[in-house]
Amino acid sequence: MLQIRELDEIQKRLLKEVADLHKVPEGAFNIRANGESAGRVSTENIEIIPKEGGSGLDIRIKPGTKNESVHIPVVLTKSGLTEVVYNDFYIGENADVIIVAGCGIDNCGPKDSQHDGIHRFYVGKGAKVRYVEKHYGSGNGAGKRILNPGTEVYMEEDSYAEMEMVQIKGVDDTNRTTTAELAAGAKLVVRERLMTHGEQNAISTYVVNMNGEGCSADVVSRSVARDNSYQKFDAKLVGNAACNGHTECDSIIMDQGRILAVPGLEANNVEAALVHEAAIGKIAGDQLIKLMTLGLTEQEAEEQIINGFLK
Amino acid sequence: MLEIQNLTFDVDSDGSNKEIIRDISFQIPDNKMIVITGPNGGGKSTLARLIAGIEKPTSGRILLDGEDITNMSITDRAKTGIGYAFQQPVRFKGIQVLDLIRLASGNKKLSAADACIYLSKVGLCARDYIDREVNASLSGGELKRIEIATVLAKAPRISLFDEPEAGIDLWSFQNLIEVFEEIRKGIHDSSVLIISHQERILNIADEILVIRDGHLAAQGPKDEILPGLIGTTAAIPGCVKSGDTVNI
Repeated sequence: MLQIRELDEIQKRLLKEVADLHKVPEGAFNIRANGESAGRVSTENIEIIPKEGGSGLDIRIKPGTKNESVHIPVVLTKSGLTEVVYNDFYIGENADVIIVAGCGIDNCGPKDSQHDGIHRFYVGKGAKVRYVEKHYGSGNGAGKRILNPGTEVYMEEDSYAEMEMVQIKGVDDTNRTTTAELAAGAKLVVRERLMTHGEQNAISTYVVNMNGEGCSADVVSRSVARDNSYQKFDAKLVGNAACNGHTECDSIIMDQGRILAVPGLEANNVEAALVHEAAIGKIAGDQLIKLMTLGLTEQEAEEQIINGFLK
Repeated sequence: MLEIQNLTFDVDSDGSNKEIIRDISFQIPDNKMIVITGPNGGGKSTLARLIAGIEKPTSGRILLDGEDITNMSITDRAKTGIGYAFQQPVRFKGIQVLDLIRLASGNKKLSAADACIYLSKVGLCARDYIDREVNASLSGGELKRIEIATVLAKAPRISLFDEPEAGIDLWSFQNLIEVFEEIRKGIHDSSVLIISHQERILNIADEILVIRDGHLAAQGPKDEILPGLIGTTAAIPGCVKSGDTVNI
């Protein structure tokens, strides 16, 4: 096994936040710290190959690989570091794997730190992948913590992808773009959870093209906008075949927060069944009162409601 | 003991003053089940909300075990010993039944097994519900039972139940009666106040209060008050199963 380069305490804390890692993960992994690999392990079925020039990784998962995982967390602790990383995942036919990504930035300095991670997924026939991506920011420097993830998903027949995208704290600016192309029988499930505070901005854009008969997509975002933060959720489902699509944006707005929800549906086939739901509102007074009658203060009640909503 | 002294609650309605509760006084001694009944719009739910601290009275006092709680917040009253089951239970996205029971019990580490005891008491098959979200996927009857379970888990000095029969079908209510019969048997160093129109709930009361047009119109032991209410909207007979004999 390769040695893991020693990480400092802040990097370890970030790793815990974004990938729930307390130690070296099992299975295949690559840990990227301040633009360099801090450790990499491939397994018999999952090969992690660096691209030339250190611009990213190719992750190749053999057909039929079952119950294995890949961890590829990124941590940035150097103020002013800006990087663009391309990671390509090739998930072989009938494989069933979990991929845990995520990026943590700690910026105590005056300059902006930025990580733009472009992830492309090629999900083979009948393959099943669960992808978890968490973003986290910390540090009280004047420099911003910026994350612009780009995700492209190419799904072959009867494949399944479940994507959990979470950003709860500390990221100043995010512009997330997710696109997907679905072949016949493919199923895409997206669960996005977002909380913004302070002066943060978060934009999330989805375009899902449902091209094959019997494919389906379910894109659901739950978000909370606090303080002076701003969010835009723009989800477009395009039905080009007999398919089922559902998109939902459910948001709690607080303080002087602002939220723009732009659900979009485009049906180019008479058999396409597309639904969108969007709701934005403050915490219901009755919810606060109920929890206060159980002995919680108003602030504790608010925390419980938000924690539950984003769980 | 809960004491209500000269309680009055006014609201401003189209520029004129409207009295919702007019100079009501009564006591709820320990180890008693009191049922408040009366016509719709008479002020019963407002009275419960005043006791829970959700509304502030215009004048009068509320005392719990001699302590004046009139100006206490909802939270402080809850901590002092008031429990309140909503007429229309609140739904929460993402909060599970177990979370709510833990919050009610004040024990964050309450085990799922212990939380299940409260669900079983309200007639729910606990393992089917403990992980459910308290959201729109639950029926009115299920929510009502969970609401009651939160008050049982809180184990307050005074439990207020605002129209437990409201919003659920009469068949589900049949089972709820049994829940209240059990609560009646289990009263110990506490008391229960139920707002209800249902004859079967009135029938298990120690004492009945009738509130009409914001006034306390009648008060007394069940055997004195109930006969005068039968046949009025203050005492609606429960759902009758075929073969049952019911005296109305």
